[in-house]
Amino acid sequence: MWRYAARRLLQMVPVLLGTTFFIYVLVFALPGDPIRALAGEKPLPESVYQTLRHHYHLDDPLLVQYGKYLLGLFHGDFGQTFNGQDVGQLIADSWTITAQLAVTAWIFELVIGMTLGVWAGLRRGGLVDTTVLGGTTIAIAIPTFVLAYSAQLVLALHLGWFPTAGTDEGWPMSYVLPGLVVAAANLGYVARLTRTTLAENMRADYVRTAVSKGLPYRRVVVRHTLRNSLIPVVTFLGTEIGYFMAGSIIVEGIFNLPGIGHEIWLALQIKEGPTIVGIVTFLVLIYLLANLLVDLLYGVLDPRIRYG
Amino acid sequence: MAEPDIADVTAEATAAADVGAPASLWRDAWGDLYRRPIFWISMVIMLVMSAMAAFPSLFTSLGANEHCDVRFAKQPPTSWNPFAAGDHPFGTDVHGCDYYAQVVHGTRAPIVIGFSVTLLSLAIAVTLGSLSGFYGRWPDALISRITDVFFGLPLLLGALVVLTAFPAHGIGGVVLALGLFWWTTMTRLMRGQVIAVRNADYVQAARMLGAGDVRIMARHILPNAIAPIFVFAMLNVGVVIGSESTLDFLGVGLQYPSVSWGLQLREAQDVFVDYPYLLAYPAVLLTVTVLSFLLLGDAVRDALDPRMR
Repeated sequence: MWRYAARRLLQMVPVLLGTTFFIYVLVFALPGDPIRALAGEKPLPESVYQTLRHHYHLDDPLLVQYGKYLLGLFHGDFGQTFNGQDVGQLIADSWTITAQLAVTAWIFELVIGMTLGVWAGLRRGGLVDTTVLGGTTIAIAIPTFVLAYSAQLVLALHLGWFPTAGTDEGWPMSYVLPGLVVAAANLGYVARLTRTTLAENMRADYVRTAVSKGLPYRRVVVRHTLRNSLIPVVTFLGTEIGYFMAGSIIVEGIFNLPGIGHEIWLALQIKEGPTIVGIVTFLVLIYLLANLLVDLLYGVLDPRIRYG
Repeated sequence: MAEPDIADVTAEATAAADVGAPASLWRDAWGDLYRRPIFWISMVIMLVMSAMAAFPSLFTSLGANEHCDVRFAKQPPTSWNPFAAGDHPFGTDVHGCDYYAQVVHGTRAPIVIGFSVTLLSLAIAVTLGSLSGFYGRWPDALISRITDVFFGLPLLLGALVVLTAFPAHGIGGVVLALGLFWWTTMTRLMRGQVIAVRNADYVQAARMLGAGDVRIMARHILPNAIAPIFVFAMLNVGVVIGSESTLDFLGVGLQYPSVSWGLQLREAQDVFVDYPYLLAYPAVLLTVTVLSFLLLGDAVRDALDPRMR
């Protein structure tokens, strides 16, 4: 397993290089001159302008710029924003907010999603099943931003159950509503995946064996069937982290949470190259690591899978 | 010229014999599908939306952004029943345009982009997946690594960065930006499918009779490998439509004077507390469209999956 993990980690290197280079080229192509944009209306003296350009390596050719950036990255230096803030520090500051949001969303997805899935899967074709299926389909179909605004309007503004925006009330209160909104669609997918695989596994021979040797129904469902139904759900939870990143840009904006999604959104508005590349690199790294973790988890969940 | 002809006839005969199984699978699926009300409901919704996208003049006499009068801006509909609400069944928007007409015209962009992105990604996926699966070795390694790079960037995040980099774009730009990150999963699927059939007897027969690589790929492998990829692509048109609206909403997708549900929702975001109907109408249409694709997808998947019978 460790050899497998090491090989996968090595395979991540070219992917990470490719992705950062791709983003770097795009940011390089961003229209407008960031230094002049920073100065605003006032014309900069030529010497100051040149010094600034040199300081941010903007006068080097693209490949040299990228090389210098990578070199810094290996030293843990994510570069600086144009007003001198360290991008690494920026990520470190906003990271906790996004992590809290992610944890809240995951709890909702796992607890509500799997409960609904098990409930529907054990009663396939019944009223509960139909209701869960219908409800989750609608939850998947509503775009995140529409859901965010509707939830903010009804649950926070009119009913006053949750804070409208900001992080003043801390975890969990400030994160419940945004977390639920980000989780809604994935919660639907988790419920449906659990339902389908559970219903399929309930017909398996080993379940019949377990029932006929007199095990209590509860134990059959939880220990035998559910554990085997977890594999697709875990795969999904690993790959959906990409969806979560996009969702966090929207939700952090609407609920005014100063997390990573919010920062990347602000950076895109003012075309702040170092911040965009830094955050995207960080996100891609998380995404790839999550996918690796999922593959390793297979081995824990399913003893038949062994990595050489 | 006689040889390739014989090659074709023989290989096609073999292929036809082999296609017998999938053909009856599709027939079975159809027999299952046409008895499902969900299938018909979503088909009707999709037909209505397509008609709205193709011929908006059938639904409204007004053009896009036509007869707008700021003096009549943000007038809520007089009744929630659109048939009883007089001149402006959906009220008027922030510019004083008839909201019903605007919402009807807003259908075209998401539907066109949804299908264009799907077809573009399908074309990329089929080409790259076939090459990589058929040739193996270095073309496979190269294509797979490129796929990995693009797979590392989630659809919305990638499209967001690309569209910010090139702010002057129309529908074509949005299609390219979404298509750029949408082909990866399909390429991986296609590669797997091609690998599964590339050593089949009918492929070897065709090769033995002198068919070239291109001919084998186009005439023998493609028809037998494309079905699952095509189904996947069509079932996810709704996802693309949702992403397109999100980009419009974030302000990096289409820009005024384009009309789309996403842009209408963007305009509604600042005033939705006082004028919730501005959020409601495009949101409901968008949701219903995405929903119909999802439901259709569910029905088709269930019908194709014999374990569910």
